[in-house]
Amino acid sequence: MHAHRIGPSRAIGLTLVAAAIFGAYGCSKEEPKKAAAPAATPAAPAAPAPVAEESVTVTIGHAGPLTGGIAHLGKDDENGVHLAVDEATAKKIKIGGKTVKFVMMSEDDQADPKLGPTIAQKFVDAKVAGVVGHLNSGVSIPASAVYNQAGLPMISGSATNPKLTEQGFKTIFRTVGRDDQQGPAVAAYIANELKLKKVAIADDATAYGEGLANEVEKTLKAAGVQIVAREKTNDKATDFKAILTKMKGRSPDGIFYGGMDATGGPMLKQARELGIKAAFAFGDGACTAEMNKLAGPASEGMICSQAGIPTQMASKAFTDAFTAKYGEVKQYAPFFYDGANLLIAAMQKADSSDPAKYLPELQKISYDGATGHIEFDEKGDRKDAEMTIFQMKGGKVEPIAIIKAGKTTKIGGDAQASASAAPAAAPAMAPAMAPAPKK
Amino acid sequence: MKTAPAGAVFVSGPAGTGVMRPAWRARPRIEQCPLPAPAIHRTIRHRFGNLLRERLDIFLQQLVNGLTLGSVYAIVALGYTMVYGIIQLINFAHGEVVMIGAMVALTVINALVGANLGWPPLAIVVAGVLVAVPVCMAIGYALERVAYRPLRRAPRLAPLITAIGLSIILQHVALIIFSRNPLSFPQIIPIVSYHVTDNVEGARITNVQIAIIGTSIAMMAGLVALIYRTKLGIAMRATSQSAQVAGLMGIDINRVIALTFVIGAALAAVAGVMVGTYYGIAQYQMGFLLGLKAFSAAVLGGIGNIAGAMLGGLLLGVIEALGAGYVGDLTNLCQIAHWSAAIAERCVSDPNLTLFGSNYQDVFAFFVLIAVLVFRPSGLLGERVSDRA
Repeated sequence: MHAHRIGPSRAIGLTLVAAAIFGAYGCSKEEPKKAAAPAATPAAPAAPAPVAEESVTVTIGHAGPLTGGIAHLGKDDENGVHLAVDEATAKKIKIGGKTVKFVMMSEDDQADPKLGPTIAQKFVDAKVAGVVGHLNSGVSIPASAVYNQAGLPMISGSATNPKLTEQGFKTIFRTVGRDDQQGPAVAAYIANELKLKKVAIADDATAYGEGLANEVEKTLKAAGVQIVAREKTNDKATDFKAILTKMKGRSPDGIFYGGMDATGGPMLKQARELGIKAAFAFGDGACTAEMNKLAGPASEGMICSQAGIPTQMASKAFTDAFTAKYGEVKQYAPFFYDGANLLIAAMQKADSSDPAKYLPELQKISYDGATGHIEFDEKGDRKDAEMTIFQMKGGKVEPIAIIKAGKTTKIGGDAQASASAAPAAAPAMAPAMAPAPKK
Repeated sequence: MKTAPAGAVFVSGPAGTGVMRPAWRARPRIEQCPLPAPAIHRTIRHRFGNLLRERLDIFLQQLVNGLTLGSVYAIVALGYTMVYGIIQLINFAHGEVVMIGAMVALTVINALVGANLGWPPLAIVVAGVLVAVPVCMAIGYALERVAYRPLRRAPRLAPLITAIGLSIILQHVALIIFSRNPLSFPQIIPIVSYHVTDNVEGARITNVQIAIIGTSIAMMAGLVALIYRTKLGIAMRATSQSAQVAGLMGIDINRVIALTFVIGAALAAVAGVMVGTYYGIAQYQMGFLLGLKAFSAAVLGGIGNIAGAMLGGLLLGVIEALGAGYVGDLTNLCQIAHWSAAIAERCVSDPNLTLFGSNYQDVFAFFVLIAVLVFRPSGLLGERVSDRA
């Protein structure tokens, strides 16, 4: 999940300033928080104690932003966990000879890194059996230390920052790929599928953008692609014409930009204004529908990557059950659904809901979930995690290929045609960017 | 004494933008027509062949980019320099006025596009400007009336801090009204690009760039005419020389100062719309860096000096474009690879090994600013008292 890079702490800071100036605004912000709290609390007291003789209650925690700018994504994840928990209860699973009633305890971390450890401690105190979350890498990383110390397993379905599993924590897992797998994947697509020979690379000088661009550069070089320019801008810039003009002088046939849509969109637009015909590729930060708004028709044909599989590729059983209950899948729900199911499956295998007992089972699990086959490596990362390549088509980012363990699988019939025709598509973009009459 | 600086302004405008002239002439023509190449260009091409021609095209393109950016800086810088000239206050909220101009115009343009009235695109943009200008004028007036006038006799630091405070308040008002997300400026005017030389693949100038440069020059000319040819201008110059004496001569100083703010805000509003339509994006923070650079431009040219602000703006834009375009290559360590084995080794794997890359784009302008100020502390065009307005 890239949203953490927008800097939630800064956002909160701004909100506080705004709240200080405009009291009314601050008050309205409080309401959803209060509303969310009672919804979560009923689960907590029910959590620790067994309810009846032959049935026990096992609580699974979920944490994510349920208020704020990306609350819709947090709610989507919560629904995924909720679905898994309800399905497991309906199956009347027996653990230790007793029928288990699974319940979810959901907490709002507001996408705030400072709240991560607080929420984590809350779960530890409530003695939940396991946690699915958090949504943002920035929140998951500080929270992971608390979970690890308490020996409580945590599975995130969306935190992509490599650091999360690089801390050597035994209880931290993720069902989604890592940022450092994304760069190689999009680079592999550029080199092997688009078959570009001269590529210019730019980034926004943030940890995310620069890291991604470096990975892409490394992989492209290894694949024998010539890097004709390596430029930098910043995440607040609006004028990219200087670096684009420089790139134009090296006549690249492809340009990769590591950065968010707010800078990627204008860059793409300005490139077409300058008459640059090269194909454009981006990472997940600029893999949004917003690109079409910001760049207009110039965005058509751009390539971008995201960690994981596209929502429409999740298993049919999951998609049907989810849409019947909650409506459309937004983004990471299948990964969170799998996260909850992995916890439950490991508990079944160990025949215990005690984290200390089922953790070894979770580590060596082999499970077929909504997002495909899941196994963890020794760090807790998903083995052979998929990366998806998207392309802007008619104003929508549509999946065109899935890259897994270096192998590319194309999606859909027409995607196949368009992907193989991509080198030819670059010159074909020219009329769209030149003075084409558009509205 | 009156006309000399005005003349200088007129020269610095078209002379600086000389490259673009052929493109203006070609405006009525349909795009992609080769333009008459200047004679010098032709000789150069004959002598040095394609390589240089390509390089020249890139250079011209950077110049076009820089001049467009520079004319926006110039317009914003005028707002800083006018206010400084008249009350020696640095109005740090000026950048935010630009942002509000862009946001208001964006809202109006979006509403008009949504209403689908069948207006021509240009009329919609003009309508956006016509709404943004009075709104910004009102804000400019309010800033002066509410925040600066009560502090006019206070120590100089007080209004400066107030200005910074106002800038933060305006930013956050915009944050609340227009959200934190970057908003896309609807691109209703189809972009037509003309190539400046006879190379179809070469340097281009778009209709929007021509419009920005043209509007800026027209506004600068209008402002100069206002300051040197009207009664209000005389009053402004008198107030800038000595507010006290001007008051004794029967000039309503409060009115003159308020009008200075209002005129600066109007220019800022137009600049906001230009930036918005040029980049196609508007955000509540966009005024900060723009304001800072325009302020630097004003200092570069000599703060308080109208012609200086224009010259400083254009220079800053060009320096920035050329800096980002060329310093990376000029400081490429691989050029001196034969000096050091260590460098040579790294250049094998990374031929783009540079000391200063384009990430220093925002810094070049300030390097130049410092360099100029070391040798000319009062800026390029100095601070001749008579030039102040």
